[in-house]
Amino acid sequence: MAESPNRSASVRPPTLALNPQETLTADTFIRGLWKENPVFVMLLGMCPVLAVTNTSINALGMGLATTFVLVGSGVLVSLLRNWIPKQVRIASYIVIIATFVTVVDYGIQAISLELYAALGAFIQLIVVNCVILGRAEAYASKQRLHTTLINSLGMGAGFTLALLSLGTVREILGNGSLFGVPLFGESFQPWVIMVLPPGGFFVLGTWLLLFNWLRLRKERKAMQQSGVAANAG
Amino acid sequence: MQDESLYLIFLNAAVVNNFVLALFLGICPFLGVSAKKETAWNMGLAVIFVMLVSSVSAYGINWLLTELDLLFLRLICYIAVIASAVQLVEMLVKRYSPALFRSLGIFLPLITTNCAILGLALFQTAKEYDFVQSLVYALGAGGGFMLALMLMAGLREKLELARVPSVSQGAAMSLMLAGLLSLAFMGFAGLGGSHG
Repeated sequence: MAESPNRSASVRPPTLALNPQETLTADTFIRGLWKENPVFVMLLGMCPVLAVTNTSINALGMGLATTFVLVGSGVLVSLLRNWIPKQVRIASYIVIIATFVTVVDYGIQAISLELYAALGAFIQLIVVNCVILGRAEAYASKQRLHTTLINSLGMGAGFTLALLSLGTVREILGNGSLFGVPLFGESFQPWVIMVLPPGGFFVLGTWLLLFNWLRLRKERKAMQQSGVAANAG
Repeated sequence: MQDESLYLIFLNAAVVNNFVLALFLGICPFLGVSAKKETAWNMGLAVIFVMLVSSVSAYGINWLLTELDLLFLRLICYIAVIASAVQLVEMLVKRYSPALFRSLGIFLPLITTNCAILGLALFQTAKEYDFVQSLVYALGAGGGFMLALMLMAGLREKLELARVPSVSQGAAMSLMLAGLLSLAFMGFAGLGGSHG
């Protein structure tokens, strides 16, 4: 923040020198959206992804709540990173996260009782979302405040994006509506299984299939190109 | 206070509202440790133990915090107790079975962030179960978790021998399998009372 680079370098313990501080680039944010998407690439935090994505409104609410906790706990962990002893760090992170979750829990209850009822216990279960603890341990505990802030925002956005991509598909197929607005006429026969538990598994599985297919195609293309280059040379 | 019979509570937690396949709790270990039946069995035992410990503790904490009027601290206390219980299991397993300790790997400490455990504590509080009911609920939930894990492990062991398209290897295939299992478990709906 306001401290000069010289001073922060002298204060920093020697172990941290092993983890170079990331400089703030656009990649710090964008990475969370696509290349390191917490759900589709790292397969973290699957429980809320499957459980509360039966409508797009629930998905959006859950995504925003998780983003808030992610950013809040990331900032606090980053600020306290030189004061938390290594031995009790996981317990400290969990207490920090639980504090922010309690805030969100009471916040949502105050803003929308309807959303609170729909999300149910899954708001409190944000505590055990591995995306958040993973970020705290792997990123926030080593990086400076502003990069942590941007990176957490990116991760939160990526998580929300993943929730929405499940929520919209499931709501359209299983309920024939989007954000509560009916899309098709009266005669639409909803595919009910999609809003029930099995639908969550199927839709997420299908998304992963799609991403696998894209990745394999890209790899094949790259291989062909390098093959052509080798032949030409 | 709930006046459900113990038998119904057990059945409800184990199959009708199976924690993994109907309530989506504990998906990470469900996908992570279900590659072999033996590991799945041991993981199931560890989870049942931690569930019983946290169920008893959650009952005590809830009573104490209600007396002191400090309910906003409930979540933090629950997670602290669960983390300690997991630490205890980890030390026991490491002491008595180093082989098992290695095969469970990172998933043993990660029981702390297994939402099935915290979920159990939160649900039993929300449903206002008394002490015995809480214990039976924990047993049912743990049993259900183990059942789902074992079924999945059995399926995945068979799948090792099958030829699947390269696109669907890994997590995508496991999720499709889980979807089919979940579909099968929907057949139990209505068996043990209707509440969620």
